[in-house]
Amino acid sequence: MTGARAPLGKDLLGLEQLSADQIRLVLDTAEPLKEISERAIKKVPTLRGATVVNLFFEPSTRTRISFEFAEKRMSADTVNVAVAASSVTKGETLVDTARNLEAMRIDMVVIRHSASGAAHFLAERIESNVINAGDGMHEHPTQGLLDLLTLRDHFGAIAGKRVCICGDVLHSRVARSNIWGLRKLGAEVAVCGPRSLLPSAIGEMGVTVFDRIEQAIEWADALNVLRLQLERMHAGYIPSLREYNRVFGVTRERLARAPRDVLILHPGPMNRGVEIDSDVADGPHSVILDQVTNGVAIRMAVLYLLAGHTPALADAAKGPA
Amino acid sequence: MSERRDILLRGGRLLDPSTRLDGVGDLLLRDGTVASVGGAIAAPDGALVVECAGQVVAPGFIDVHCHLREPGREDVETIATGSRAAAAGGFTAVCAMPNTDPVTDNQAAVGFVLRQARAARAARVHPIGAVSIGQKGERLAEFGEMVGAGAVAVSDDGRPVASAQLMRSALEYARAFGIPVADHCEEPTLAAGGVMNEGLVSARLGLQGIPTEAEEIMVIRDILLARRAGGHVHLCHVSTRGSVELIRWGKERGIRVTAEACPHHLSLTDDAVEGYDTNAKMNPPLRSAADVEAVRAAVKDGTVDVLATDHAPHHYDEKEREFANAPNGIVGFETALAVNLTWLVKPGLISLATLVEKMSCAPANVFHLPGGTLRRGAHADVTVFDPAREWTVDPARFHTKGRNTPYGGRTLTGWVACTIVDGRIVHQPTG
Repeated sequence: MTGARAPLGKDLLGLEQLSADQIRLVLDTAEPLKEISERAIKKVPTLRGATVVNLFFEPSTRTRISFEFAEKRMSADTVNVAVAASSVTKGETLVDTARNLEAMRIDMVVIRHSASGAAHFLAERIESNVINAGDGMHEHPTQGLLDLLTLRDHFGAIAGKRVCICGDVLHSRVARSNIWGLRKLGAEVAVCGPRSLLPSAIGEMGVTVFDRIEQAIEWADALNVLRLQLERMHAGYIPSLREYNRVFGVTRERLARAPRDVLILHPGPMNRGVEIDSDVADGPHSVILDQVTNGVAIRMAVLYLLAGHTPALADAAKGPA
Repeated sequence: MSERRDILLRGGRLLDPSTRLDGVGDLLLRDGTVASVGGAIAAPDGALVVECAGQVVAPGFIDVHCHLREPGREDVETIATGSRAAAAGGFTAVCAMPNTDPVTDNQAAVGFVLRQARAARAARVHPIGAVSIGQKGERLAEFGEMVGAGAVAVSDDGRPVASAQLMRSALEYARAFGIPVADHCEEPTLAAGGVMNEGLVSARLGLQGIPTEAEEIMVIRDILLARRAGGHVHLCHVSTRGSVELIRWGKERGIRVTAEACPHHLSLTDDAVEGYDTNAKMNPPLRSAADVEAVRAAVKDGTVDVLATDHAPHHYDEKEREFANAPNGIVGFETALAVNLTWLVKPGLISLATLVEKMSCAPANVFHLPGGTLRRGAHADVTVFDPAREWTVDPARFHTKGRNTPYGGRTLTGWVACTIVDGRIVHQPTG
């Protein structure tokens, strides 16, 4: 499938390697593709005949379904492979899995894996296009892109906007993709969370650090609130989810003291009452469901561009309305 | 054993810091010992003459830290392949860590290593016994019997001693036998789950980091325990600025602490992990540029006594994995001289004499081993190398079974021309 002109290259592994122009290209390509999902017949023939494997080594509902819709709406043939986490260490190695898939003459692989670098590993060893659907604590580029699209939809432009990523940045692939994507598009980026959940080198990543959520809310135009996983408490990073909510939770009371309306994003799935309160998640400034809608368009755009299509044809790709 | 021919090494630069020898001359080896050193020596009848013009003739290199994998993982390395690889790297003797399967924690296991090494007839192999039975960190292994069988040190490298009390006992008990206790310094709770150095690169790559403090906490623990115990602690593969500062502190106070550094920690930073290269994964991990500079400075000023390799072969399949799931370690024998020459001598950080001192004389002194000198009557263990010859690392041509090196494809300076063990040539590449 790798066409002579592949504006993103062979693979989408992370936003760190993409240029601002490439990121804008994905967003611009996604824009007209949104409309396809609004039709009664949600299907265009763009990827007809292409075979896409969704290779999920980690459980995922939202991302997998979003990719699958994107693939199906572009008329690709898709296969879902869910590999139990245990077989990563016990059974077939990733390299053998990859070679077997390649031997079946597939065109693209969407991979979700608990190990950072798994998508890189696959991309170096197979000729098919590889899309990283989340690798360990590294990157989740399509999530980063859909967050950017959502912010751009709302603000008109991302440059100069202040976005704070809140919570468990240390273990978050969403945080890394957001940091790179936002910075490349000219946003001011901050992070906020307990220091035990921030990388110790965070200060070298070009972001501002807020120790208290109140400071972040006072500063930000938008908050991207990360999911706090229960395991972090058991592993001793934080004392309790209850205290986390009391100290770091994004609550209506805290937002009410902000000098401006603060846009609320969350990559899901949410822990209501932990990192975010329900009345914030469901409130007037939440764009959490817009993110989900945009996710399908972004993934369609990525599939489309990796397949070697050129952006000028994006409108034509929509086919007969 | 077949009769040994005399060997005359002719016209090389004889470089032996142990006797402050540095000059062009000949060296005659007879009956497994150094028979005559320096000046022009007439070749005795039947002697094998090795022309060494333009090359350095040094006491054989000694590696105090390597993993030969036998018994247990003969698919990865054997004592025979490991000792041949060592010879190819200019090492005439190596000290094998005990983290085999079963663990080298008793006199019979020590004897096995020595028998296998003798049969291989390549580099000498000095076994290191375990500190604790099964390297479980619970009960001391029988140091006395292991030393009696030929062990030269004890170490739980691979599964370092977590208990401060056990380390204290080991340092105290080892005194009776005059052996060092070699420790891989790693505070287990702080390092748990870590797969590379903690810093910007680990943050970017989303890999769990190992902070420098995980090493440094154990460095100072061991130094303080050595002070209390009066024993000799040898700190393996030091990799951080803090570690060398603490070792300096210990040495200034007369505490019996010695330290080794490895070529990779003197030449590469954690940037090498970029792209999730599992050949850049080892423990301790590659550190920051500031750490590398500090350890290099410590080699120069003597805080680091010894250059070792931590040769750690792994099977290709085991390294061909997701970074977090790949094993730690790289092969080191066949690149050690060239990496040290390229990164330490060539830029002028240390002299060639200091390099020989740290790869030969000091290891012999620190571990109380024969060799490390060209003094008349000494073991005929000699390394001849070309300090200027460049070559490109091709892992497929290694003698070790391991191919796991971060230096593949790199052009390095420093070529082993001839390795002589016990008066016999064990390595002499053609061309």
